[in-house]
Amino acid sequence: MVSMLILAVDTSALATAALVRAHDDGRTEVLESFAATETNAHAEVLAPAIGGILEQAGVAGGQLDRIVVGVGPGPFTGLRVGLATAQALGFAWQVPVDGVVSLDAIAWQVAHRAVEPDGAGIAAPITEDFTVAIDARRREVYWARYSADGRLVDGPHVGAADQVPAGPVVGIGASLYPDALEAAGAHAVPGLDRLQPQAAALGAAAVGLLHAGEALRTPVPLYLREADAKVPQAMKGRTA
Amino acid sequence: MSDAPLILGIESSCDETGVGIVRGTELLANTVSTSMEQHVRFGGVIPEIASRAHLEAMVPTLQQALDTAGVALDDVDALAVTSGPGLSGALMVGVAAAKALAVATGKPLYAVNHLVAHVGVGVLDGGELPDRLGALLVSGGHTEILKIDSLTDDVELLGATIDDAAGEAYDKVARLLGLGYPGGPVIDRLAKEGDGKAIRFPRGLSLPKFVGTAEAPGKHRYDFSFSGLKTAVARFVEQYQAKGLEVPVADVAASFQEAVVDVITKKAVMACTEHGMENLLLGGGVAANSRLRQLLQARCDSAGISLRIPKPSLCTDNGAMIAALAAQVVAAGVAPSGLGFATDPGQPVTQITLSDLHAA
Repeated sequence: MVSMLILAVDTSALATAALVRAHDDGRTEVLESFAATETNAHAEVLAPAIGGILEQAGVAGGQLDRIVVGVGPGPFTGLRVGLATAQALGFAWQVPVDGVVSLDAIAWQVAHRAVEPDGAGIAAPITEDFTVAIDARRREVYWARYSADGRLVDGPHVGAADQVPAGPVVGIGASLYPDALEAAGAHAVPGLDRLQPQAAALGAAAVGLLHAGEALRTPVPLYLREADAKVPQAMKGRTA
Repeated sequence: MSDAPLILGIESSCDETGVGIVRGTELLANTVSTSMEQHVRFGGVIPEIASRAHLEAMVPTLQQALDTAGVALDDVDALAVTSGPGLSGALMVGVAAAKALAVATGKPLYAVNHLVAHVGVGVLDGGELPDRLGALLVSGGHTEILKIDSLTDDVELLGATIDDAAGEAYDKVARLLGLGYPGGPVIDRLAKEGDGKAIRFPRGLSLPKFVGTAEAPGKHRYDFSFSGLKTAVARFVEQYQAKGLEVPVADVAASFQEAVVDVITKKAVMACTEHGMENLLLGGGVAANSRLRQLLQARCDSAGISLRIPKPSLCTDNGAMIAALAAQVVAAGVAPSGLGFATDPGQPVTQITLSDLHAA
């Protein structure tokens, strides 16, 4: 595979974008990246940030080989901002758009030990299957199971924290319900229990999948939950 | 080929994904994808379902509009999108897509007001809008009377519903009567078989204490309320059902419709008369209602007001209205909105376009 220029976007938690170069030896290099500090302004900040990082790197959209976008799971409204943005950019630039499970970004960081050490430091490398979990609200987490080298083995799912598999748990979801994790025989990994999906890692995860010969996903959201809608009483028993 | 600006407009404030392309006042494409069918079993628009459908429809709708207009994205002079008012999550999809197109093409982007666009669309059907213009907007989400001193920089809200929109009242009454969704067309049809004077349903906010006089206007002189009307219909239906009697559906439909249309047309004409508006534009999805058109025409004729109603495909939510208003805004020399603006679910009509937060 020749060197590729990839724009990665993920809004499953924060609004994030990154310009990543994938070298033909499999290395990935982050040329530019952006992560919003606000959690509720995706539609405001994402597009200007993407314009900014391309300008900074001196790259025109048409030069991109690919756009990859996090398909979630994550809060619906923010998630759609990333997907609508990526799809429209791909449409305008005539660049292919592919989806990647947003939790893959955290798994890639953990498996590749690409985490900035925080004050607590990072425990020994994870050498067994681990769970990535993020906040799904309603006392639930979105989670998926990964092998020690960061490959998706099960999920993603949404459910109560006491339903996650036993063993190590990383991602912001690991820090939310410690009692439930304990009940499941699972435990948060110190230093890795605040991670949220980020576009730069998502881009690297996408390159990893491509190198492994795996197909990326269709760029449509993984909602995992139905739209919250109840049929009103007066409509029940009637066929439209 | 004229020199007028070529504008692509995107609309996603409710359950219609619309992309329209205009050149000045000439309509080139008006592509609409609706999620209405998915809301039928709920009897009303479910925001999350509408938002999901917008994302699915956005790129195909864009492609189809460009194909229909026979133009390429790069030919467009400016982009426009509804920033509000509307459903937050739904607006967000259109705004995200529009901003992405602006980043990708480098074209200026205008964030425009959905309600003012319902007026601005008038230029596509009948040409330039007259001076001394009022607008009556009636839809599933809105019921407003506007005073248009300038389409591009001076619009005033004279009156609005304080609870349900008129179209929403139709949907709720249709649900009560087991008539399905949307309620407007079916009630309009049934009403023709019924007697509009059979039942005297309340005319909301019509009491003197709310209306006042032209000299001393009441607090709600030009405002509407349809919540009490809906409740009155529900009570009426329940009384019949409690007695085991068959509900006179056609008479209820006709009498309900008469109550809605009577108060809407009366207040609209009153507002026109009292504010020197000699011309009235009717917009919104309920503009298709036959009784509303008939009674409004009659009352406008009596009052010497000239009534204009764009064709139905331009009255319901669509992207062409966003493009049409933006074309007027561009021609007036208004600055684009930049890329940093937020959606505004409650955007007031006085904000016709959003200004660029980052402009010097």
